[in-house]
Amino acid sequence: MSIYLGGKSKLPIIKKGAEANLILKDFEEVMYPYNVEKVLIKHRISKDYRVDNLDRKLRSYRTSLEAKLLSDAKRAGVPTPTVYRVDRKEMSLIMEYIKGKAVKEFLEKIDPNARKNLCETIGVQIARLHSFGIIHGDLTTSNMIRSEDEKKIYFIDFGLGEYNSTVEARGTDIHLLHRTLDSTHFKVSEESFKAVLKGYRYKMGERSEQIIRRVEEIERRGRYVEKEKRQG
Amino acid sequence: MICIGFEGTAHTFGVGIATSEGEILANESETYDPKEGGIHPREAAQAHSENARKVLDRAIKKAGINPREEIDLVSFSQGPGLGSCLRTVATAARALSVWLDIPIIGINHCIAHIEIGRMTEKSDDPVTLYVSGGNTQVIAFDGGRYRIFGETLDTALGNCLDTFARKVGLPHPGGPRIEKLAEEGKNLAELPYSVKGMDLSFSGLTTEASRKYENEDIKLEDLAYSLQETAFASVVEVTERAVAHTGKDEVMLVGGVAANRRLREMIRLMTQEQDASFYVPSMEFCADNGAMIAWNGILAHESGLHQNIKNTEIRQRWRTDDVNIPWRKE
Repeated sequence: MSIYLGGKSKLPIIKKGAEANLILKDFEEVMYPYNVEKVLIKHRISKDYRVDNLDRKLRSYRTSLEAKLLSDAKRAGVPTPTVYRVDRKEMSLIMEYIKGKAVKEFLEKIDPNARKNLCETIGVQIARLHSFGIIHGDLTTSNMIRSEDEKKIYFIDFGLGEYNSTVEARGTDIHLLHRTLDSTHFKVSEESFKAVLKGYRYKMGERSEQIIRRVEEIERRGRYVEKEKRQG
Repeated sequence: MICIGFEGTAHTFGVGIATSEGEILANESETYDPKEGGIHPREAAQAHSENARKVLDRAIKKAGINPREEIDLVSFSQGPGLGSCLRTVATAARALSVWLDIPIIGINHCIAHIEIGRMTEKSDDPVTLYVSGGNTQVIAFDGGRYRIFGETLDTALGNCLDTFARKVGLPHPGGPRIEKLAEEGKNLAELPYSVKGMDLSFSGLTTEASRKYENEDIKLEDLAYSLQETAFASVVEVTERAVAHTGKDEVMLVGGVAANRRLREMIRLMTQEQDASFYVPSMEFCADNGAMIAWNGILAHESGLHQNIKNTEIRQRWRTDDVNIPWRKE
Protein backbone atom coordinates (compact mmCIF):
# COMPACT_ATOMS: atom_id res chain seq x y z
CA MET A 1 0.00 0.00 0.00
CA SER A 2 1.20 3.46 -0.63
CA ILE A 3 -0.17 6.72 0.57
CA TYR A 4 -1.09 9.52 -1.69
CA LEU A 5 1.28 12.45 -1.31
CA GLY A 6 1.49 14.09 -4.66
CA GLY A 7 -0.29 16.83 -6.49
CA LYS A 8 -1.32 20.21 -5.23
CA SER A 9 -3.56 18.94 -2.43
CA LYS A 10 -3.32 20.79 0.85
CA LEU A 11 -1.11 18.55 2.90
CA PRO A 12 0.20 19.67 6.23
CA ILE A 13 3.75 20.13 5.00
CA ILE A 14 5.71 21.18 8.05
CA LYS A 15 9.02 21.68 6.31
CA LYS A 16 10.00 22.16 2.68
CA GLY A 17 13.58 21.21 2.01
CA ALA A 18 15.66 21.23 -1.16
CA GLU A 19 15.49 17.46 -1.27
CA ALA A 20 12.42 16.43 0.69
CA ASN A 21 9.22 17.64 2.29
CA LEU A 22 8.19 16.71 5.80
CA ILE A 23 4.51 15.93 6.24
CA LEU A 24 2.65 15.33 9.49
CA LYS A 25 -0.28 12.89 9.43
CA ASP A 26 -2.45 10.96 11.83
CA PHE A 27 -0.99 7.59 12.66
CA GLU A 28 -4.29 5.84 12.04
CA GLU A 29 -4.70 7.31 8.63
CA VAL A 30 -1.36 6.00 7.42
CA MET A 31 -0.82 2.88 9.49
CA TYR A 32 -3.54 1.19 11.55
CA PRO A 33 -5.63 2.02 14.63
CA TYR A 34 -3.26 2.54 17.51
CA ASN A 35 -2.78 4.96 20.33
CA VAL A 36 -0.02 6.93 18.68
CA GLU A 37 -1.19 10.27 17.42
CA LYS A 38 1.02 11.31 14.56
CA VAL A 39 3.49 10.05 12.03
CA LEU A 40 6.06 12.05 10.16
CA ILE A 41 6.44 11.39 6.47
CA LYS A 42 9.64 12.38 4.75
CA HIS A 43 8.89 12.53 1.08
CA ARG A 44 11.82 12.87 -1.34
CA ILE A 45 10.61 15.02 -4.18
CA SER A 46 11.16 14.30 -7.82
CA LYS A 47 13.38 16.77 -9.66
CA ASP A 48 12.46 17.93 -13.14
CA TYR A 49 16.09 18.61 -13.97
CA ARG A 50 17.13 14.98 -13.60
CA VAL A 51 16.27 12.33 -16.17
CA ASP A 52 13.62 9.98 -14.91
CA ASN A 53 15.59 6.85 -14.14
CA LEU A 54 18.45 8.69 -12.46
CA ASP A 55 15.89 10.61 -10.40
CA ARG A 56 14.16 7.41 -9.28
CA LYS A 57 17.43 5.64 -8.60
CA LEU A 58 18.77 8.43 -6.38
CA ARG A 59 15.54 8.92 -4.43
CA SER A 60 15.06 5.21 -3.90
CA TYR A 61 18.67 4.66 -2.82
CA ARG A 62 18.64 7.58 -0.44
CA THR A 63 15.29 6.65 1.07
CA SER A 64 16.44 3.15 1.97
CA LEU A 65 19.88 4.34 3.05
CA GLU A 66 18.33 6.82 5.46
CA ALA A 67 16.03 4.15 6.88
CA LYS A 68 18.99 1.88 7.46
CA LEU A 69 21.04 4.64 9.07
CA LEU A 70 18.17 5.55 11.40
CA SER A 71 17.71 1.99 12.58
CA ASP A 72 21.44 1.26 12.85
CA ALA A 73 21.89 4.43 14.89
CA LYS A 74 19.26 3.13 17.26
CA ARG A 75 21.13 -0.17 17.51
CA ALA A 76 24.28 1.83 18.29
CA GLY A 77 22.45 3.31 21.26
CA VAL A 78 21.48 6.69 19.87
CA PRO A 79 17.80 7.70 20.12
CA THR A 80 16.35 8.17 16.62
CA PRO A 81 12.79 8.15 15.29
CA THR A 82 11.51 4.64 14.70
CA VAL A 83 10.99 3.92 11.02
CA TYR A 84 7.52 2.42 10.51
CA ARG A 85 7.68 1.92 6.80
CA VAL A 86 9.94 2.50 3.81
CA ASP A 87 7.81 3.35 0.81
CA ARG A 88 10.05 3.05 -2.22
CA LYS A 89 7.19 3.65 -4.58
CA GLU A 90 6.34 7.06 -3.18
CA MET A 91 9.97 7.55 -2.09
CA SER A 92 8.88 8.19 1.48
CA LEU A 93 9.94 7.27 4.95
CA ILE A 94 7.12 6.95 7.43
CA MET A 95 8.47 7.38 10.90
CA GLU A 96 7.84 8.28 14.48
CA TYR A 97 7.09 11.93 15.11
CA ILE A 98 9.32 13.08 17.95
CA LYS A 99 7.66 15.66 20.14
CA GLY A 100 10.05 17.88 21.95
CA LYS A 101 12.31 20.86 21.57
CA ALA A 102 15.26 21.25 19.25
CA VAL A 103 18.52 21.82 21.11
CA LYS A 104 18.89 24.95 18.99
CA GLU A 105 15.97 26.55 20.82
CA PHE A 106 17.22 26.18 24.38
CA LEU A 107 20.99 25.65 24.47
CA GLU A 108 21.72 29.16 25.76
CA LYS A 109 18.75 29.25 28.10
CA ILE A 110 19.61 26.39 30.43
CA ASP A 111 22.00 26.68 33.35
CA PRO A 112 25.70 25.98 32.66
CA ASN A 113 25.73 22.63 34.42
CA ALA A 114 22.74 21.32 32.52
CA ARG A 115 24.32 22.60 29.33
CA LYS A 116 27.54 20.78 30.11
CA ASN A 117 25.67 17.53 30.71
CA LEU A 118 23.65 17.95 27.56
CA CYS A 119 26.73 18.58 25.43
CA GLU A 120 28.57 15.64 26.94
CA THR A 121 25.61 13.43 26.07
CA ILE A 122 25.71 14.76 22.52
CA GLY A 123 29.43 13.95 22.37
CA VAL A 124 28.82 10.43 23.67
CA GLN A 125 26.09 9.89 21.09
CA ILE A 126 28.28 11.08 18.23
CA ALA A 127 30.95 8.63 19.42
CA ARG A 128 28.37 5.84 19.43
CA LEU A 129 27.46 6.60 15.82
CA HIS A 130 31.09 6.77 14.76
CA SER A 131 31.98 3.52 16.54
CA PHE A 132 29.18 1.89 14.57
CA GLY A 133 30.61 3.20 11.29
CA ILE A 134 27.92 5.85 10.87
CA ILE A 135 28.44 9.47 9.82
CA HIS A 136 25.44 11.70 10.47
CA GLY A 137 26.46 14.28 7.88
CA ASP A 138 24.48 17.22 9.23
CA LEU A 139 25.10 17.55 12.95
CA THR A 140 23.40 20.85 13.68
CA THR A 141 21.55 21.74 16.85
CA SER A 142 18.28 21.81 14.93
CA ASN A 143 18.76 18.12 14.15
CA MET A 144 18.89 17.22 17.84
CA ILE A 145 15.61 17.06 19.73
CA ARG A 146 15.08 16.72 23.47
CA SER A 147 12.13 14.47 24.25
CA GLU A 148 9.24 15.93 26.25
CA ASP A 149 10.23 14.00 29.37
CA GLU A 150 13.70 15.57 28.91
CA LYS A 151 15.35 12.17 29.19
CA LYS A 152 16.53 11.61 25.67
CA ILE A 153 18.29 13.53 22.94
CA TYR A 154 17.06 12.31 19.58
CA PHE A 155 19.23 12.68 16.50
CA ILE A 156 17.11 13.27 13.42
CA ASP A 157 17.57 13.80 9.67
CA PHE A 158 20.19 11.36 8.42
CA GLY A 159 19.56 12.54 4.87
CA LEU A 160 23.22 13.44 4.33
CA GLY A 161 24.49 10.47 6.32
CA GLU A 162 26.68 7.61 5.19
CA TYR A 163 28.58 4.56 6.34
CA ASN A 164 32.16 5.70 6.62
CA SER A 165 34.83 4.98 9.20
CA THR A 166 37.62 7.23 7.99
CA VAL A 167 39.23 9.80 10.27
CA GLU A 168 38.44 12.51 7.72
CA ALA A 169 34.71 11.73 7.65
CA ARG A 170 34.49 11.58 11.43
CA GLY A 171 36.46 14.79 11.77
CA THR A 172 34.23 16.58 9.27
CA ASP A 173 31.14 15.37 11.12
CA ILE A 174 32.36 16.89 14.40
CA HIS A 175 33.60 20.01 12.68
CA LEU A 176 30.11 20.68 11.30
CA LEU A 177 28.75 20.74 14.84
CA HIS A 178 31.54 23.08 15.88
CA ARG A 179 30.68 25.39 13.01
CA THR A 180 26.99 25.41 14.04
CA LEU A 181 27.91 26.19 17.64
CA ASP A 182 30.16 29.04 16.48
CA SER A 183 27.58 30.60 14.20
CA THR A 184 24.30 29.91 16.03
CA HIS A 185 25.37 29.69 19.67
CA PHE A 186 28.46 31.87 19.75
CA LYS A 187 27.95 32.95 23.37
CA VAL A 188 28.26 29.43 24.70
CA SER A 189 30.12 27.89 21.78
CA GLU A 190 33.46 27.32 23.43
CA GLU A 191 32.24 25.66 26.63
CA SER A 192 29.67 23.64 24.70
CA PHE A 193 32.16 22.30 22.20
CA LYS A 194 34.58 21.45 24.99
CA ALA A 195 31.88 19.39 26.67
CA VAL A 196 30.98 17.68 23.39
CA LEU A 197 34.61 16.66 22.95
CA LYS A 198 34.78 15.45 26.55
CA GLY A 199 31.83 13.14 25.96
CA TYR A 200 33.27 12.04 22.63
CA ARG A 201 36.65 11.22 24.17
CA TYR A 202 35.01 9.34 27.01
CA LYS A 203 33.10 7.03 24.68
CA MET A 204 35.57 6.79 21.80
CA GLY A 205 38.69 6.19 23.91
CA GLU A 206 42.17 6.52 22.46
CA ARG A 207 40.95 6.68 18.88
CA SER A 208 39.39 10.06 19.59
CA GLU A 209 42.72 11.90 19.75
CA GLN A 210 43.53 11.34 16.09
CA ILE A 211 40.01 12.41 15.12
CA ILE A 212 40.06 15.57 17.24
CA ARG A 213 43.43 16.48 15.77
CA ARG A 214 41.85 16.07 12.34
CA VAL A 215 39.01 18.42 13.33
CA GLU A 216 41.61 21.06 14.16
CA GLU A 217 43.38 20.41 10.89
CA ILE A 218 40.13 20.73 8.91
CA GLU A 219 39.47 24.03 10.63
CA ARG A 220 42.88 25.35 9.70
CA ARG A 221 42.19 24.70 6.02
CA GLY A 222 41.25 28.03 4.53
CA ARG A 223 37.60 27.53 3.81
CA TYR A 224 36.58 26.88 7.37
CA VAL A 225 38.39 29.69 9.12
CA GLU A 226 36.10 32.37 10.46
CA LYS A 227 36.48 35.74 8.90
CA GLU A 228 37.52 37.47 12.14
CA LYS A 229 40.45 35.13 12.54
CA ARG A 230 41.55 35.67 8.99
CA GLN A 231 41.78 39.35 8.58
CA GLY A 232 45.20 39.66 10.16
CA MET B 1 38.88 55.75 -14.69
CA ILE B 2 40.04 53.20 -17.25
CA CYS B 3 41.57 49.86 -16.30
CA ILE B 4 43.35 47.39 -18.54
CA GLY B 5 43.09 43.79 -17.36
CA PHE B 6 45.22 40.77 -18.23
CA GLU B 7 43.80 37.26 -17.96
CA GLY B 8 45.93 34.15 -18.25
CA THR B 9 45.24 31.42 -15.72
CA ALA B 10 44.96 28.54 -18.18
CA HIS B 11 44.77 28.23 -21.96
CA THR B 12 43.31 31.67 -22.74
CA PHE B 13 45.29 34.88 -22.83
CA GLY B 14 42.99 37.89 -22.74
CA VAL B 15 43.21 41.65 -22.53
CA GLY B 16 40.15 43.68 -21.53
CA ILE B 17 39.62 47.38 -21.06
CA ALA B 18 36.87 48.66 -18.74
CA THR B 19 35.70 51.99 -17.39
CA SER B 20 34.39 52.90 -13.92
CA GLU B 21 30.95 53.17 -15.48
CA GLY B 22 31.04 49.49 -16.37
CA GLU B 23 31.62 50.02 -20.03
CA ILE B 24 33.72 47.33 -21.69
CA LEU B 25 35.80 49.11 -24.33
CA ALA B 26 37.64 46.01 -25.50
CA ASN B 27 37.81 42.30 -24.76
CA GLU B 28 40.37 40.50 -26.93
CA SER B 29 41.89 37.06 -26.53
CA GLU B 30 43.89 34.23 -28.05
CA THR B 31 43.48 30.64 -26.97
CA TYR B 32 46.18 28.01 -27.03
CA ASP B 33 44.91 24.74 -28.47
CA PRO B 34 47.02 21.69 -27.75
CA LYS B 35 47.63 19.56 -30.86
CA GLU B 36 47.05 16.49 -28.76
CA GLY B 37 46.42 15.69 -25.11
CA GLY B 38 45.45 18.30 -22.55
CA ILE B 39 46.89 21.70 -21.76
CA HIS B 40 50.65 21.55 -21.29
CA PRO B 41 51.38 24.37 -18.80
CA ARG B 42 54.75 25.33 -20.29
CA GLU B 43 53.47 25.34 -23.84
CA ALA B 44 50.41 27.35 -22.82
CA ALA B 45 52.66 29.93 -21.14
CA GLN B 46 54.86 30.02 -24.23
CA ALA B 47 51.80 30.67 -26.39
CA HIS B 48 50.68 33.46 -24.04
CA SER B 49 54.01 35.22 -24.24
CA GLU B 50 53.94 34.98 -28.04
CA ASN B 51 50.37 36.30 -28.19
CA ALA B 52 50.68 39.00 -25.54
CA ARG B 53 51.78 41.88 -27.75
CA LYS B 54 49.34 41.03 -30.52
CA VAL B 55 46.31 40.81 -28.20
CA LEU B 56 47.34 43.95 -26.30
CA ASP B 57 47.65 45.96 -29.51
CA ARG B 58 44.30 44.68 -30.72
CA ALA B 59 42.57 45.64 -27.46
CA ILE B 60 44.01 49.14 -27.44
CA LYS B 61 43.06 49.69 -31.05
CA LYS B 62 39.53 48.39 -30.43
CA ALA B 63 39.09 50.66 -27.40
CA GLY B 64 40.37 53.62 -29.39
CA ILE B 65 42.30 55.06 -26.48
CA ASN B 66 45.69 56.61 -26.13
CA PRO B 67 47.44 54.10 -23.86
CA ARG B 68 50.06 56.55 -22.61
CA GLU B 69 47.49 59.02 -21.34
CA GLU B 70 44.15 57.34 -20.80
CA ILE B 71 44.89 54.14 -18.88
CA ASP B 72 44.81 54.64 -15.10
CA LEU B 73 45.23 51.13 -13.76
CA VAL B 74 46.58 47.68 -14.68
CA SER B 75 45.01 44.53 -13.26
CA PHE B 76 45.93 40.91 -13.83
CA SER B 77 44.79 37.41 -12.89
CA GLN B 78 47.01 36.70 -9.88
CA GLY B 79 45.50 33.25 -9.29
CA PRO B 80 44.38 30.56 -9.03
CA GLY B 81 45.71 28.81 -12.11
CA LEU B 82 48.66 27.19 -13.83
CA GLY B 83 51.90 28.59 -12.42
CA SER B 84 53.73 29.13 -15.68
CA CYS B 85 50.74 30.90 -17.27
CA LEU B 86 50.19 33.11 -14.21
CA ARG B 87 53.85 34.14 -14.18
CA THR B 88 53.83 35.06 -17.85
CA VAL B 89 50.75 37.22 -17.49
CA ALA B 90 51.97 38.84 -14.27
CA THR B 91 55.19 39.76 -16.04
CA ALA B 92 53.28 41.45 -18.86
CA ALA B 93 51.10 43.37 -16.38
CA ARG B 94 54.06 44.51 -14.27
CA ALA B 95 55.94 45.68 -17.35
CA LEU B 96 52.99 47.79 -18.46
CA SER B 97 52.48 49.18 -14.97
CA VAL B 98 56.12 50.28 -14.74
CA TRP B 99 56.25 51.61 -18.27
CA LEU B 100 53.06 53.69 -17.90
CA ASP B 101 53.84 54.50 -14.25
CA ILE B 102 50.33 53.54 -13.09
CA PRO B 103 49.17 51.34 -10.20
CA ILE B 104 48.85 47.55 -10.52
CA ILE B 105 46.44 45.22 -8.78
CA GLY B 106 46.18 41.41 -8.70
CA ILE B 107 42.72 39.91 -9.07
CA ASN B 108 41.25 36.57 -8.07
CA HIS B 109 40.15 34.83 -11.25
CA CYS B 110 37.10 33.07 -9.75
CA ILE B 111 35.71 36.24 -8.22
CA ALA B 112 36.27 38.15 -11.46
CA HIS B 113 33.95 35.63 -13.14
CA ILE B 114 31.21 36.45 -10.62
CA GLU B 115 31.70 40.22 -10.72
CA ILE B 116 31.56 40.56 -14.50
CA GLY B 117 28.37 38.47 -14.49
CA ARG B 118 26.76 40.58 -11.75
CA MET B 119 27.58 43.68 -13.77
CA THR B 120 26.52 42.58 -17.27
CA GLU B 121 23.45 40.62 -16.15
CA LYS B 122 22.44 43.11 -13.44
CA SER B 123 22.30 40.31 -10.90
CA ASP B 124 22.41 41.54 -7.33
CA ASP B 125 23.29 38.66 -5.05
CA PRO B 126 23.41 35.31 -6.84
CA VAL B 127 24.39 31.81 -5.86
CA THR B 128 27.03 31.20 -8.54
CA LEU B 129 27.84 27.88 -10.13
CA TYR B 130 31.30 28.24 -11.63
CA VAL B 131 32.18 25.35 -13.90
CA SER B 132 35.21 25.24 -16.17
CA GLY B 133 38.13 23.04 -17.13
CA GLY B 134 39.96 23.90 -13.94
CA ASN B 135 37.28 24.89 -11.44
CA THR B 136 33.98 23.61 -10.05
CA GLN B 137 32.59 25.70 -7.21
CA VAL B 138 29.24 26.77 -5.81
CA ILE B 139 29.79 30.23 -4.40
CA ALA B 140 27.61 32.70 -2.50
CA PHE B 141 28.31 35.98 -0.73
CA ASP B 142 27.93 35.71 3.03
CA GLY B 143 29.43 37.68 5.89
CA GLY B 144 31.71 39.85 3.77
CA ARG B 145 33.22 37.08 1.69
CA TYR B 146 32.46 34.87 -1.26
CA ARG B 147 31.99 31.55 0.52
CA ILE B 148 32.40 28.22 -1.17
CA PHE B 149 29.30 26.19 -0.38
CA GLY B 150 30.40 23.19 -2.37
CA GLU B 151 33.28 22.29 -4.63
CA THR B 152 34.93 19.38 -6.34
CA LEU B 153 37.22 17.27 -4.23
CA ASP B 154 39.24 16.15 -7.23
CA THR B 155 38.97 17.13 -10.91
CA ALA B 156 36.83 19.88 -12.41
CA LEU B 157 33.64 19.25 -14.37
CA GLY B 158 35.14 20.52 -17.63
CA ASN B 159 38.19 18.36 -17.10
CA CYS B 160 35.95 15.33 -16.57
CA LEU B 161 34.25 15.90 -19.95
CA ASP B 162 37.50 16.70 -21.78
CA THR B 163 39.36 13.71 -20.35
CA PHE B 164 36.59 11.34 -21.36
CA ALA B 165 36.53 12.89 -24.84
CA ARG B 166 40.28 12.28 -25.22
CA LYS B 167 39.91 8.69 -23.98
CA VAL B 168 37.39 7.94 -26.70
CA GLY B 169 39.46 9.69 -29.35
CA LEU B 170 37.53 12.93 -29.81
CA PRO B 171 39.68 15.94 -30.74
CA HIS B 172 40.12 19.01 -28.54
CA PRO B 173 38.00 20.72 -27.28
CA GLY B 174 36.05 17.71 -26.04
CA GLY B 175 33.17 19.37 -24.20
CA PRO B 176 31.18 20.60 -27.23
CA ARG B 177 31.67 17.25 -28.98
CA ILE B 178 30.37 15.35 -25.96
CA GLU B 179 27.38 17.69 -25.91
CA LYS B 180 26.63 16.97 -29.57
CA LEU B 181 26.91 13.20 -29.09
CA ALA B 182 24.77 13.33 -25.95
CA GLU B 183 21.89 14.80 -27.94
CA GLU B 184 21.69 11.49 -29.80
CA GLY B 185 21.87 9.35 -26.65
CA LYS B 186 18.86 8.12 -24.72
CA ASN B 187 19.83 5.08 -22.63
CA LEU B 188 21.23 5.91 -19.24
CA ALA B 189 24.24 3.80 -18.30
CA GLU B 190 24.95 3.44 -14.60
CA LEU B 191 27.79 5.74 -13.57
CA PRO B 192 28.93 6.78 -10.09
CA TYR B 193 26.97 9.75 -8.78
CA SER B 194 29.12 11.48 -6.23
CA VAL B 195 27.70 14.16 -3.97
CA LYS B 196 29.37 14.11 -0.56
CA GLY B 197 27.55 16.48 1.70
CA MET B 198 27.92 19.66 -0.32
CA ASP B 199 31.01 18.54 -2.19
CA LEU B 200 31.44 16.81 -5.51
CA SER B 201 33.74 14.29 -7.10
CA PHE B 202 34.23 13.51 -10.79
CA SER B 203 37.34 11.37 -11.06
CA GLY B 204 35.47 8.10 -10.53
CA LEU B 205 32.91 9.15 -13.10
CA THR B 206 35.55 9.75 -15.79
CA THR B 207 37.24 6.44 -15.01
CA GLU B 208 34.03 4.42 -15.05
CA ALA B 209 32.76 6.00 -18.27
CA SER B 210 36.10 5.25 -19.96
CA ARG B 211 36.08 1.71 -18.62
CA LYS B 212 32.58 1.14 -19.94
CA TYR B 213 33.63 2.46 -23.35
CA GLU B 214 36.50 -0.01 -23.53
CA ASN B 215 34.81 -3.05 -22.04
CA GLU B 216 31.11 -2.84 -22.63
CA ASP B 217 28.97 -2.71 -25.68
CA ILE B 218 27.46 0.72 -25.13
CA LYS B 219 26.99 3.27 -27.87
CA LEU B 220 29.24 6.30 -27.49
CA GLU B 221 26.16 8.54 -27.80
CA ASP B 222 24.59 6.81 -24.81
CA LEU B 223 27.79 7.09 -22.79
CA ALA B 224 28.14 10.80 -23.56
CA TYR B 225 24.50 11.27 -22.57
CA SER B 226 24.96 9.31 -19.34
CA LEU B 227 28.13 11.20 -18.47
CA GLN B 228 26.44 14.57 -18.92
CA GLU B 229 23.22 13.64 -17.14
CA THR B 230 25.03 12.17 -14.14
CA ALA B 231 27.68 14.87 -13.78
CA PHE B 232 25.31 17.78 -14.37
CA ALA B 233 22.66 16.42 -11.98
CA SER B 234 25.25 16.45 -9.21
CA VAL B 235 26.35 20.07 -9.73
CA VAL B 236 22.74 21.22 -10.06
CA GLU B 237 21.81 19.39 -6.87
CA VAL B 238 24.57 21.08 -4.87
CA THR B 239 23.60 24.46 -6.34
CA GLU B 240 19.99 23.84 -5.39
CA ARG B 241 20.99 23.02 -1.82
CA ALA B 242 23.00 26.23 -1.62
CA VAL B 243 19.97 28.20 -2.84
CA ALA B 244 17.74 26.55 -0.24
CA HIS B 245 20.32 27.04 2.50
CA THR B 246 21.14 30.69 1.81
CA GLY B 247 17.61 31.71 0.84
CA LYS B 248 18.96 33.71 -2.10
CA ASP B 249 16.69 34.11 -5.12
CA GLU B 250 19.20 34.39 -7.94
CA VAL B 251 21.39 31.77 -9.59
CA MET B 252 24.20 32.54 -12.00
CA LEU B 253 26.08 30.10 -14.19
CA VAL B 254 29.63 31.04 -15.26
CA GLY B 255 32.76 29.40 -16.68
CA GLY B 256 33.46 27.57 -19.92
CA VAL B 257 31.03 24.70 -19.27
CA ALA B 258 28.22 27.30 -19.10
CA ALA B 259 28.19 27.02 -22.90
CA ASN B 260 26.51 23.61 -22.55
CA ARG B 261 22.81 23.87 -23.42
CA ARG B 262 21.74 20.85 -21.39
CA LEU B 263 23.40 22.21 -18.26
CA ARG B 264 21.62 25.54 -18.79
CA GLU B 265 18.30 23.78 -19.20
CA MET B 266 18.78 21.79 -15.99
CA ILE B 267 19.61 24.89 -13.98
CA ARG B 268 16.67 26.72 -15.49
CA LEU B 269 14.36 23.89 -14.34
CA MET B 270 15.90 23.92 -10.87
CA THR B 271 15.52 27.70 -10.50
CA GLN B 272 11.88 27.45 -11.53
CA GLU B 273 11.28 24.96 -8.73
CA GLN B 274 13.11 27.18 -6.27
CA ASP B 275 11.45 30.41 -7.46
CA ALA B 276 14.81 31.94 -8.32
CA SER B 277 15.93 33.98 -11.33
CA PHE B 278 18.57 32.49 -13.57
CA TYR B 279 21.42 34.39 -15.23
CA VAL B 280 24.11 33.36 -17.70
CA PRO B 281 26.46 36.05 -19.03
CA SER B 282 27.16 35.94 -22.78
CA MET B 283 29.95 33.49 -23.56
CA GLU B 284 32.34 36.38 -24.24
CA PHE B 285 32.15 37.15 -20.50
CA CYS B 286 31.42 33.62 -19.31
CA ALA B 287 34.60 31.97 -20.55
CA ASP B 288 38.01 33.24 -19.41
CA ASN B 289 38.40 36.84 -20.56
CA GLY B 290 40.35 40.02 -19.88
CA ALA B 291 37.29 42.24 -19.39
CA MET B 292 36.36 40.55 -16.13
CA ILE B 293 39.85 41.14 -14.75
CA ALA B 294 39.70 44.81 -15.85
CA TRP B 295 36.25 45.33 -14.30
CA ASN B 296 37.24 43.67 -11.03
CA GLY B 297 40.39 45.83 -11.03
CA ILE B 298 38.18 48.90 -11.02
CA LEU B 299 35.96 47.56 -8.23
CA ALA B 300 38.98 46.74 -6.09
CA HIS B 301 40.84 49.99 -6.75
CA GLU B 302 37.83 52.22 -6.20
CA SER B 303 37.05 50.51 -2.89
CA GLY B 304 40.51 51.45 -1.67
CA LEU B 305 42.56 48.32 -2.31
CA HIS B 306 46.10 49.12 -3.39
CA GLN B 307 48.99 46.83 -4.09
CA ASN B 308 52.70 47.42 -4.21
CA ILE B 309 54.27 45.87 -7.29
CA LYS B 310 56.57 43.97 -4.94
CA ASN B 311 53.54 42.10 -3.62
CA THR B 312 52.28 40.90 -6.96
CA GLU B 313 53.73 37.40 -6.80
CA ILE B 314 51.33 34.87 -8.27
CA ARG B 315 48.99 32.79 -6.08
CA GLN B 316 48.51 29.44 -7.75
CA ARG B 317 46.09 28.11 -5.13
CA TRP B 318 44.38 31.33 -4.13
CA ARG B 319 41.02 30.40 -2.64
CA THR B 320 37.79 32.21 -3.43
CA ASP B 321 36.97 32.55 0.27
CA ASP B 322 40.38 34.05 1.01
CA VAL B 323 39.71 37.36 -0.73
CA ASN B 324 38.57 40.58 0.92
CA ILE B 325 35.55 42.05 -0.84
CA PRO B 326 35.34 45.70 0.30
CA TRP B 327 33.27 46.69 -2.73
CA ARG B 328 30.26 44.77 -1.44
CA LYS B 329 28.28 45.52 1.69
CA GLU B 330 28.01 42.75 4.25
